Amino acid sequence: MTVELDFGAVLASWPLLLVGVAWTLGLTAVSAVLGVLTGIAFAWARSEGPVLLQTVVGAYVELIRNTPFIVQLFFIFFGLPAAGFRLSPEVASVIAMVVNLSAYATEIVRAGIEATPRGQREAAISLALSPTQTFVYVVTPPALARIWPALVSQIIIVMLGSAVCGQISVPELTFATSLIQSRNFRSFEAFIIVAAIYLVLAFTVRRLLRWAGPRFVFGR
Amino acid sequence: MVEFTLWDILRNLALAARWTVVLSLIAFLGGGVVGAALLVLRLSPSRIGRALVEGYVELFQGTPLLVQLFLAYFGIALLGLNTSAWTAATLALTLYTSAFLVEIWRGCVEAVPRGQWEAGTSLALSFSENLRYVVLPQALTIAIAPTVGFLVQVIKGTALASVIGFVELTKAGSMVTNATFRPFVVYSCVGLFYFVLCYPISLVAKNLERKLHAAHR
Amino acid sequence: MQPIVEIKGLRKSFGTHEVLKGIDLTVQPGEVVAIIGRSGSGKSTLLRCINGLEAFQEGSLTVDGKPLIHGDPNAMRALRQRVGMIFQSFNLFPHLSAGRNIMLAPGLVKRKVSSEAADQARGLLARVGLTDKFDAMPDRLSGGQQQRVAIARALAMEPAVLLCDEITSALDPELVGEVLRVVESLAEEGMTLLMVTHEMSFARKVSDRLIFMHQGRVHEMGSPDELFAAPKTPELRQFLSSLHE
Repeated sequence: MTVELDFGAVLASWPLLLVGVAWTLGLTAVSAVLGVLTGIAFAWARSEGPVLLQTVVGAYVELIRNTPFIVQLFFIFFGLPAAGFRLSPEVASVIAMVVNLSAYATEIVRAGIEATPRGQREAAISLALSPTQTFVYVVTPPALARIWPALVSQIIIVMLGSAVCGQISVPELTFATSLIQSRNFRSFEAFIIVAAIYLVLAFTVRRLLRWAGPRFVFGR
Repeated sequence: MVEFTLWDILRNLALAARWTVVLSLIAFLGGGVVGAALLVLRLSPSRIGRALVEGYVELFQGTPLLVQLFLAYFGIALLGLNTSAWTAATLALTLYTSAFLVEIWRGCVEAVPRGQWEAGTSLALSFSENLRYVVLPQALTIAIAPTVGFLVQVIKGTALASVIGFVELTKAGSMVTNATFRPFVVYSCVGLFYFVLCYPISLVAKNLERKLHAAHR
Repeated sequence: MQPIVEIKGLRKSFGTHEVLKGIDLTVQPGEVVAIIGRSGSGKSTLLRCINGLEAFQEGSLTVDGKPLIHGDPNAMRALRQRVGMIFQSFNLFPHLSAGRNIMLAPGLVKRKVSSEAADQARGLLARVGLTDKFDAMPDRLSGGQQQRVAIARALAMEPAVLLCDEITSALDPELVGEVLRVVESLAEEGMTLLMVTHEMSFARKVSDRLIFMHQGRVHEMGSPDELFAAPKTPELRQFLSSLHE
């Protein structure tokens, strides 16, 4: 038997794919910023905050890391309206991605903080910096530099995970692909193309973040 | 309409959770076997073999698992074979798992000092004997914790099989929601089920890692 | 008599940096050769070329009549059975007991049955003065003991020549003696030895021939008494005087 592949039929719908790429990147950008910031705040709470807060954040981290993203998304989009919070698919997706990323980022940042030598902290305190100043200016920057590669990998994982957001009709890349293949029935070709696009996105975003990290995030 | 009690919801989810477990185990074991074969190829002196495995890993780690599931589903159909959610999910998850395991294990093998390879080589051991008797036994001790930890990722990964129609925990959650109109309760329960499956495994992995670090100091 | 090691025109580079610039060397059976020189002179690399741990680009090398052919696993396996190597960092297999460390290669490569290999291992452990350490795990042994197990492990393959790569450099000073005594006894028994060493007095006492390597070449060669008493080249003179400072 022969298999005839027709990629042209899929590529003809390039505007849809382009919109999908924009959405995927947009969702990722917003949730990366919010997720990492939340992760840093939670990492602080987890290692320096009051005991009660430490416990609560610890439970949050474990709860999120031990449940699938798709369930988190469905809970936020389908479950929360029942409790009175009505959210658009896009907002629900961003919240789910931020929640998911922040849990992983908390653990990654915390590992970086714990690897900061005690002497650094002692030096800061002996210079009369407050605990918060010490955390923000002395402990966090080198910790971020240390764990940046791990953080970048996690952001990529969240970006690839956002493929699921199409399930609640966010017009991201995988949603666009599903739409295209439902029109022309070139399902396999459509998903081959979208896989290639994701590969390029993952590669580019990784490069970009690796480059941006030392310049804008933990710059000197 | 039939009235669903909380007990009914839990019972339905529990029945479906069995398939999450079964699918996870198949993917994990299958992925382990494929991953082991890829590992040998990755470590072999053959440059082509190494490049192939690197590309394979890149492919599965650089694309969404959901897209991989769709590709398996439509790919099998395209070959004229009878496709089902079962075969597609098993295939995709096995390959996905193998790509991650081979990377984890490669890291563990590389953690074995170079001198160990050299000592084996200078004792006239062949590449495969060296791997089998000198390097792998040492890599294995390092590999246990991250391998167990990855099982959690596999279990969570199976949730995506629901999208191609495989009835497991998440799909059952959607079905029960549609029957009960109680998404808040149902998805809370679904999450809880996953947590009950995954959290103990995470704990075991963490403990194993702590023990290993203690032994190395 | 056929030489045990025969090296002709051996050249080796790492990238663009040439480390060995044409080495010719023959070693006769039973000869003890010590190689000295500064770090970076290529002496360790030369040793590692002899059992194929490093690939070289030009020249030829035979051990006990067996040619070294890179990329031919059978030829390498045959050659490596004739060459034993002891490393600076011991490289005992940490997951195997001392006895199992010694038994592994004879069992796999020479297809020795387990009981025979165990007997041999016990005999070798006795020879290096570790009779009661058969079941000891490497991390329970001192550095000197580990290195002696490593010597026994290499001897189990009944090599025609033993390469020693700075085998006392990683040891605490008080443990050096026990290892050197074992090497000395091997020399007395007629084992062919090629050793890179920083222990000058030991080299002088034990070796039949001394090689001074400098910038990837055999710079000076002769009997140890000759070389130590009357170095011909300024480089060797400088090297020897730097040791006394």
